[in-house]
Amino acid sequence: MPGLEDLYREIILDHYRNPRNRGELETPPARRAEGFNPLCGDEVVIYLETDGDLITDLKIGGQGCSISQSSASMMSAAVKGMTVDEAQNITRVFKAMMSIHESGLDGDGGDEDLQIDDEVSLGDLEALRGVVRFPVRIKCATLSWNTLLDAIDGH
Amino acid sequence: MTIEKVGLDAAALKAQFPLLSRTINGRRMVYLDSANTSQKPDTVIDAISDYYRNTNANVHRGSYQIAHEATEALEGARAKVASFINAPSTSEVVFSKNATESLNLVAQSWGRKNLREGDTVVLTELEHHANIVPWQMLREAIGIELRWIPITDEGKLDLSDLDRLLDGASLVCVSAMSNVLGTLNPISDIATRAHAAGALVLADASQYVPHLPTDVQTLGADFVAFTAHKMCAPTGIGVLWAREELLEDMPPFLGGGEMILQVTKEGYTTNDLPWKFEAGTPPIAEAVGLGAAIDFLSELGMKNVRAHEVALTAYALRTLSERFGDDIKIFGPSEPAERGGVLSFTYRDVHPHDVAQVLDQQNVCVRAGHHCAKPLMQRLGVGSTTRASLYLYNDESDIDVLSDSLAEAGDMFTF
Ligand SMILES: Cc1ncc(COP(=O)(O)O)c(C=O)c1O
Repeated sequence: MPGLEDLYREIILDHYRNPRNRGELETPPARRAEGFNPLCGDEVVIYLETDGDLITDLKIGGQGCSISQSSASMMSAAVKGMTVDEAQNITRVFKAMMSIHESGLDGDGGDEDLQIDDEVSLGDLEALRGVVRFPVRIKCATLSWNTLLDAIDGH
Repeated sequence: MTIEKVGLDAAALKAQFPLLSRTINGRRMVYLDSANTSQKPDTVIDAISDYYRNTNANVHRGSYQIAHEATEALEGARAKVASFINAPSTSEVVFSKNATESLNLVAQSWGRKNLREGDTVVLTELEHHANIVPWQMLREAIGIELRWIPITDEGKLDLSDLDRLLDGASLVCVSAMSNVLGTLNPISDIATRAHAAGALVLADASQYVPHLPTDVQTLGADFVAFTAHKMCAPTGIGVLWAREELLEDMPPFLGGGEMILQVTKEGYTTNDLPWKFEAGTPPIAEAVGLGAAIDFLSELGMKNVRAHEVALTAYALRTLSERFGDDIKIFGPSEPAERGGVLSFTYRDVHPHDVAQVLDQQNVCVRAGHHCAKPLMQRLGVGSTTRASLYLYNDESDIDVLSDSLAEAGDMFTF
């Protein structure tokens, strides 16, 4: 059984304690999207401002657990300044990391055979990799990313 | 000589629930999620297994021995339910899939027959989604109006404005015990006032029947819904009790086999009560399991179950508030006699999901979330809570492990 230290890595707790890019942006020009985790009632609100293809600003609202909040914080730090394409790409990579073990969660030490787009570096987001060992928390980690896609799509 | 049993021997009881002796990573189960679903005793598991091994056949339609036995088993379980809740007649005991289906049955059958656009149904702020959404669906379909009985800060129903809320209302839907706050609501008082105002009362007794002696004749409600899996019985079966004249007057809910007397190309005639509301093959093995669960609970005595839970709730409230003081906020009535053993709380600003995760590491099973009562969460001003809920097999040692694990969560998330 994985230990709590696999889940609550220091960097995750740091983002939870000091969330980056909290707040709101004026809509319009920013676009706003909301996401809910029906399981636990967590809620994330994303404000996204773009200039042409470039994500110029992004703010996060809502409330949730350490995993959903830190994932949102790291996501905001990662995608700010990216192009929309790059943001969609890193979202795909992140979600792949979150789902890669879904069919074989009991296997231990499967982290090494992770095959994802080498072009994209997840940086700090790698710290969330331990979440896949706690299946009920995967939705917490992916909530803000799915909401980001909604914001990009203009839903 | 009959000896009135006092108190329950929780250690002996735990031994009768096989799952409670499972260990995970060397830690014993501390199961504190019985408001979600209860564990099942050997007698229930054995009754289901025995039914499939020796009796299994479809009911009400076979001409051979085991079909007759299966029918007897199903109807025998119904008789046990009737006597457990003191229903005047077995024809008033309808089997459904769960409480949710029982509540939907009332909304779709009684509601569509008796309610018109602009008619009013009164709900409360502490209802489970199962007693909210069916009425919202009916509002969408036929344009009824919904009114809400508010709650006080202590989590009790605020009945100060009840007469105005009841004015012109057709039905009051109220849970007998809150699955979040543990509040025991004054159903018979509400029923007296509702009846005086010309409204009927539907009690969602999902959290009540498993924990307190239930007498539908003194409860005062016209409809009572509950679900078997929270009372030591299997999933897949629930109950709707209603007064016979109401059921007689209601159209069927689902159509199919079992619920008809006659079918021609021109139409159908419905079966007698309660089968009119039981389309298709019923949950037979589940009913057998429910019957065994009722035997188990009756043997213990529901008064004893209740007394055990009041004492344990008092211990839990005392233990947690003495140890954690202002760091813990436990919702609902502070007086154990006014509540059931459902303890929803927030702990410092540690998110309930994180609390539950740390507790899970100690094999302590609690629920974190909105408990299917989002309007209540909004009223309480929280997104979610952690909920520890007690049953007859819990004892003080379970509370002590909960308390120690909570302290651990506190350490982990102290920044
Ligand atoms: C008060 C209350 N009503 C209704 C339900 C629904 O029960 P079920 O899911 O078995 O239909 C529950 C249980 O979750 C409950 O606690």
